[in-house]
Amino acid sequence: MKILVAVKRVVDYNVKVRVKADNSGVDLANVKMSMNPFCEIAVEEAVRLKELSIKEGRVATEIVVVSIGPSTAQEQLRTALALGADRAILVESAEDLTSLAVAKLLKAVVDKEQPQLVILGKQAIDSDNNQTGQMLAALSGYGQGTFASKVEISGDNVAVTREVDGGAQTVSLKLPAIVTTDLRLNEPRYASLPNIMKAKKKPLEVLTPDALGVSTASTNKTVKVEAPAARSAGIKVKSVAELVEKLKNEAKVI
Amino acid sequence: MTILVIAEHDNKVLAPATLNTVAAAVKIGGDIHVLVAGQGAGAVAEAAAKIAGVSKVLSADNAAYAHQLPENVAPLVAELGKGYSHILAAATSNGKNILPRVAAQLDVDQISEIISVESADTFKRPIYAGNAIATVQSNAAVKVITVRATGFDPVAAEGGSASVEAVGAAHDAGISSFVGEELAKSDRPELTAAKIVVSGGRGMQNGDNFKHLYALADKLGAAVGASRAAVDAGFVPNDMQVGQTGKIVAPQLYIAVGISGAIQHLAGMKDSKVIVAINKDEEAPIFQVADYGLVADLFDAIPELAALA
Repeated sequence: MKILVAVKRVVDYNVKVRVKADNSGVDLANVKMSMNPFCEIAVEEAVRLKELSIKEGRVATEIVVVSIGPSTAQEQLRTALALGADRAILVESAEDLTSLAVAKLLKAVVDKEQPQLVILGKQAIDSDNNQTGQMLAALSGYGQGTFASKVEISGDNVAVTREVDGGAQTVSLKLPAIVTTDLRLNEPRYASLPNIMKAKKKPLEVLTPDALGVSTASTNKTVKVEAPAARSAGIKVKSVAELVEKLKNEAKVI
Repeated sequence: MTILVIAEHDNKVLAPATLNTVAAAVKIGGDIHVLVAGQGAGAVAEAAAKIAGVSKVLSADNAAYAHQLPENVAPLVAELGKGYSHILAAATSNGKNILPRVAAQLDVDQISEIISVESADTFKRPIYAGNAIATVQSNAAVKVITVRATGFDPVAAEGGSASVEAVGAAHDAGISSFVGEELAKSDRPELTAAKIVVSGGRGMQNGDNFKHLYALADKLGAAVGASRAAVDAGFVPNDMQVGQTGKIVAPQLYIAVGISGAIQHLAGMKDSKVIVAINKDEEAPIFQVADYGLVADLFDAIPELAALA
């Protein structure tokens, strides 16, 4: 069984981003970039499924990792290879693509690679869309297990435990299927130096949207990007009594 | 323009987030229809018909929709949605699960988690964990949108008298099935709808100590939330998590106890009207967004606060 994992290059989650003065977007020049944290969890889950297969004689045999983005996204693909993916595909596009465009490109890769399971993160921490996995599932006609906190493959099905508003829900999906990861699915490992060296020799194929025959036209346009309204500075109170007095008489919230 | 709002419900009760979503639809303007897809959800359809401003309720009652599986519900919404100018759903785990699937079936981009309506085709939404606000315009024939509940004051649950129309269409893709669920039980108000939220972080030290927060919450009629650190440490279940990857809240009063105030946590609560921080580290970033900060040991301050409040 082949597992396809999608990863995205995003601004590092520790960076506090700043909006550009001309309101055209956020300033990403000279900012540290990393693999989206949810994508790290997706890679980890694929690697664990493969390791489990080796131990228990099941069928996850190959992990293909794919990224869609600028040529610099090769760094994130190499990271995934160092973590245990077998080969990588970069669909190179310098444009800022919408989730639907990315889903269409991934669908083309799915058609080409025919994986049994596709794992994505539940959302990217830059656009905060939470759409791509669901859209890919719709386009390929597969079942979707979103916000997964547990994934168990048995025969032709995958049982996915999902984090929902009131607690947890478990669904069973026919393979092939799409899974998107939530934070508690696993704790991603670090790449070891020997594995980082080995990853440099693993195959990395570069494709283009044109070569895949996919149009990335969009129905959405970002008009402007602004900084959020700043909160006015607060005060420090000296005692609980003073706090209660302020909440009762000044803020009038209790 | 006619707008289709997807009702959020559990087959028995209409969830309050639906009222916030209808409020966003009212701002867009036009006729508002509500779709109730479920099984045995007659009471929900009746409740939806009473929402102020709703002119029609579509009731799709079928075993295939019992657990809102997106493989079955999305084709229904996409089929019905073709005749509408907008399709709206609350940005709940259900809405987020189903709506992108609908958008892809209609071949349009979706706009996620809007916090304001600028015009019928232009909306504002937070990006980068709320550190930037994007204004997005859509030229799609059908605009597919999820609505962040805290961005819109709910419309009245009573006062409407919409007709309820049955929808016969049954889509059963046959590729997914519901196995079971484990829901956390709580007598306190729902986190996303509560007027006051008391949240604990790593500083609580263990799950048992959350009893201090529960006592305070019961005194204030508040819901109890948590930071990711508290959830990951196993102090409380993960549906209590407030933040970019958990729940987004905007109560009248948010009391952060033993929470440092990481970017990801702030993304979930910084639109609260009044923020109180209680932390013994006076350098904690939470004090930069707090209206009232108290540098103190929470184990002294919380019982005292519960006694005085």
